Amino acid sequence: MANSASLSTTDDAVYVTDREIRLSPPWWRKAARSLAAAKWPILAIVILLSLMLLAVFAEPLAPADPNRQNLIRRLQPPLTQNEDGGMEYWLGSDGLGRDVLSRLIYGARISILVGVMAVVVGGILGTFLGVIAGYAGGRTDDIIMRIADIQLAFPFILLAIMVLVVLGAGVLNLVLVLGVGQWVTYARIARGETIAQKQKDFVDSARSIGVGHRRLVLRTIMPNILAPIIVIASFNVASVILSEASLSFLGLGVPPTIPTWGGMLAESRDQLLGGYWWLAVFPGVAIMLTVLSLNILGDWMRDFLDPRLRGR
Amino acid sequence: MGNYLIRRLLQTVIVIFGVTLLTFFSLHLAGDPTLLYVSERASDAEIAETRAKLGFDKPLSRQYIDFVTNAARGDFGNSLRTRTPAFDLVMERLPATIELTLFAMFVAIVFAVPIGILAAMNRGTALDGGVMLFAMFGQSMPSFWLGIMLILIVGLRLGWLPISGHVPVLQPLFEGHFMVAFENIPGAINHLILPGVTLATFSLARNARLIRSSMLEVLSQDYITTAKAKGLRTWTVVGRHAFRNALIPFITIVGLEFGFLLSGVVVIETVFSWPGVGRLVFNSINQRDIPVVQSAVIFFSLLFVLLNLLVDLVYTTLDPRIRLS
Repeated sequence: MANSASLSTTDDAVYVTDREIRLSPPWWRKAARSLAAAKWPILAIVILLSLMLLAVFAEPLAPADPNRQNLIRRLQPPLTQNEDGGMEYWLGSDGLGRDVLSRLIYGARISILVGVMAVVVGGILGTFLGVIAGYAGGRTDDIIMRIADIQLAFPFILLAIMVLVVLGAGVLNLVLVLGVGQWVTYARIARGETIAQKQKDFVDSARSIGVGHRRLVLRTIMPNILAPIIVIASFNVASVILSEASLSFLGLGVPPTIPTWGGMLAESRDQLLGGYWWLAVFPGVAIMLTVLSLNILGDWMRDFLDPRLRGR
Repeated sequence: MGNYLIRRLLQTVIVIFGVTLLTFFSLHLAGDPTLLYVSERASDAEIAETRAKLGFDKPLSRQYIDFVTNAARGDFGNSLRTRTPAFDLVMERLPATIELTLFAMFVAIVFAVPIGILAAMNRGTALDGGVMLFAMFGQSMPSFWLGIMLILIVGLRLGWLPISGHVPVLQPLFEGHFMVAFENIPGAINHLILPGVTLATFSLARNARLIRSSMLEVLSQDYITTAKAKGLRTWTVVGRHAFRNALIPFITIVGLEFGFLLSGVVVIETVFSWPGVGRLVFNSINQRDIPVVQSAVIFFSLLFVLLNLLVDLVYTTLDPRIRLS
């Protein structure tokens, strides 16, 4: 057993040395400097952090219960005051007299939850399969990538519609369907990066001192292929949020009792001809700000982590 | 070349096999698919009868073979709502969807090319910045929201364009009424602008960005420097040398574009009450009319796969590097 202990130390040394080469000076200092120079990503991070806070602390922060109806006070415009002169509806009320601002705040929960979870599901599944394909090569590689080709060969949203019609609405179903929809992207990148890393000297040296397959993949190859995967994940959360909004708009998202931005937009259609603009404007702005922030952040991360792609 | 063709055709067959397999099994995901075809109050006897009628009592492999042979004949069963063949319903609505998709594709390509080229040629200027900003916003907006905003502002507030309705062109064309089709064109375009632009915006933004980066890549190549050094005029260099090569990655996107736009029509047709397949799918989702959803999904998927094949073939004739390898 003493043998394996010394092996793992060597392995760690390989791994640490590699990290030091890649990431010195400390990565966070470089990141902070690059952020300060770029400006827009800072705003994006602020917006995303505020959204996350709103989503987590929706209960104390929302001015009203998002599902409380008040038919007498329906379709009130933004900045409507109550009898005491206090603010009753900051962003107006909808066709059932529910508070639009509170529904927006609660809606952030679903968008963020589904966006992040689906990307986690797809990212882990795809990276796992991609690394296996790239590392094993041969027939395993062929089969995995052939399945990926099939999935890429037809518009996934259609299959998502089909599956959700059968399974019914629900957060878990949505996360699974959207997550499985993403795996190909990660698999392709993870495979390509693994093949590139596999040929490097430090992998050879780790292998030559007897490091096993699992350890080689997890400790030696994985840390070096994570950067592009993180970049893709950021863009991916954005596109999943857009897909979730579309599916919610079609009534295929979560049950209608849970407020979502896409669902709010679907409801706003019934009030469109009446000119109740606030029902349509605010949820859309919320989606756009979130997605825009994620895209800006993704752009910056790509430039920061992979300078070869700068300006593309 | 011949080898490549055979390999590519074989691949298409495998993909079609995969598509049918996925659509077939998605029905079985929730357990007994019979329950999707009967009302919630159906008695056990009714359920058993429907199961036997639809063949869900047979072994799974047998069901799949039946499914594929029926699908090949365009038979996806009857719509649960209208009791008429589901596939016919899809086909009836197809011309309106094709009109919308082609119009959107036209917008997404014809405007993207000059925008992308101009941005690349003026890299780092305000023009380039504006284009990139537009691209960023265009790719971050939910398309159906843009549609709702256009309805609110351009349709209702300004009253410039109709917010719903459809004037058919392809339908009379297929039926041989050429004059009707021709006379309908202005009205058709009038009704197409709002839904078409809505459907196209995401692609337009992405294409402009793609053309720009593709042009930037090509413009930095040695042969461009050579062409410039020979004293050729800017537009000759851009048009004859750079653009043609920048077009290659773009062609792939264009091929995928049709399928991408097709998957967007479900939402956009719903927003604009456009009488196409997308709205049919939306209504069928709400009425849980499984055969109609299924036939639309399979039909669109096959269309997408075949277009991919076509694109690859065009691609090979355009790029000698692929043709010869």
